Order: sequence, then C-alpha cells, then structure tokens
Amino acid sequence: MAQRYSSFEKGGRMWLLQRVTAAFLLVVLAFHFFLLHFVHHADEVSFLMSAGRMETMSYYSLMVLFLLTATFHGVNGVYNALVNQGLTGTKRTVIKWTLVAASVVLILQGIRTANAWAGIPLY
Amino acid sequence: MSQSYNRGLIEDFSRWREFEAGMWAWIFHKFTGWVLIGYLFTHIAVLSTAIPASGAETAVLQAGNDVYTQTIVSLEGLLLVRVLEVGLLAVAVFHMLNGARLLLVDLGVGLESQDKSFYASLVLTGAITVASVPTFIAGAF
Repeated sequence: MAQRYSSFEKGGRMWLLQRVTAAFLLVVLAFHFFLLHFVHHADEVSFLMSAGRMETMSYYSLMVLFLLTATFHGVNGVYNALVNQGLTGTKRTVIKWTLVAASVVLILQGIRTANAWAGIPLY
Repeated sequence: MSQSYNRGLIEDFSRWREFEAGMWAWIFHKFTGWVLIGYLFTHIAVLSTAIPASGAETAVLQAGNDVYTQTIVSLEGLLLVRVLEVGLLAVAVFHMLNGARLLLVDLGVGLESQDKSFYASLVLTGAITVASVPTFIAGAF
C-alpha cells in the first residue's frame, strides 16, 4: 500500500484541530492583548473591571473558548514536540496522560476564575 | 504512486549549525511555543486570586483592596514584570506571525518564499514590539 508523506497519525484529526485552533487563537489572542494592554492598561486592572467584562455572556463565552483552544493548542503542541523528539512506548503514554491531567486542571481552574468574576456560583 | 519517507528523528537540534531560514523559524516557533504554554499556566495561577477576592465586601472591592487587585497592582509595579511583559509580547507576536506563515504554507501558499516570509515575521515582530514598549512601560516609574 502506498504511504503518504506525513508525520501525523489518527487520520490527521489532531493535526487539523491544531490548525483550526491556531486560526482562532490568532484573532482572539490579538484581541486579548489589544484590549488588556492598549485599550485598558495593565496597571489599571481591578477586580471590578475584570468582573464587569466577565459578566457579559459574550465576553465570558469567548474567554472560556479562548481557554479551551489555547490549552488544547499549547498542550498538543508540547506533546507533538516530544513525539517528534522520539518519545515512544510507556513514557509516551505516561506523558500523554500527564498532559491531559494538567490540561483538565488548567481548564477547571480557569473556569472557576471566570465564574468568580461573572458571579456564577460554581467555583 | 506516492513515496514513503523515513525522516528519522525530526527534532535533531544539532541541525541548528546549518544555517537555513526554515530551521531557525522552526527553532523559534518551538521555543516561543514552550514559553507561551508555560505562561498560560502561570497566567491562570495569578488570575485565580480572583476566586478568594470574589468573597470580599463591596467596599473592599471598590477601594481595590482585594487580593486580586493587590496582586496585579504589585506585580505591575515591578519594572522586571513590565520588561517580561514586553518579552511575552515579542514571543506571542512571533509565534502568531510565524504560525500564520505555517498555516499559509499548509494551504499551499508561499512555500517558495518561506524564507522571505520568515524574515518578514522577524522584522514585523521587532517593529510591533518596539512600538509597544511605551504602552507596556507606562506608569512603571
């Protein structure tokens, strides 16, 4: 059977997700930097201002989606880098699940923080 | 019929000695990626101070005396943090511009001029970073 030139597995699903999240992050990360450094300045940050933004459902949803995509893109990027470096076997499985666990913790903590600002009593 | 390739270890860091634009783009993309994921974990940890802060009295929040506001204000008061933020911006901008370059190459655009687009990413990163310094440093002194 003819082989295809590719360093990716699983039919390239993760490969595609890495690129889809990249395109999303390009826009949202630029917006994030612009809003929080140029429109508002870092030294003017306060709990009430952050809460004011996060109480808007559209902003809250965008930030949660930002957290999910950034975590996936970053952690999957680290995993790909390690696999390309030659990570195989048991080590690969252990590192994969450690990264999954770290992602879950990061996402849960991020959502708890967003909820604390938004006044959603789930934190 | 398509051909199969054995590329061996993709990440052979000794290759940095052979100067090629694409190689350096790859090294910088990897380095900036590691910095950004490291920062994401730190960022959420610092922002988590909003959780205890949310229990504070309204008057405390209005006065900015809650743990979240105090943490951010103290961090932003350090010149080192401001300088690191400029570094973070440079790292993020490069990763974004080079990432856009990689997305385009994946879509079949610009493979022939991939070296030029790498240099363009570097120049633009430098320009955006320098132009942002006044905004990032404002109020630090």
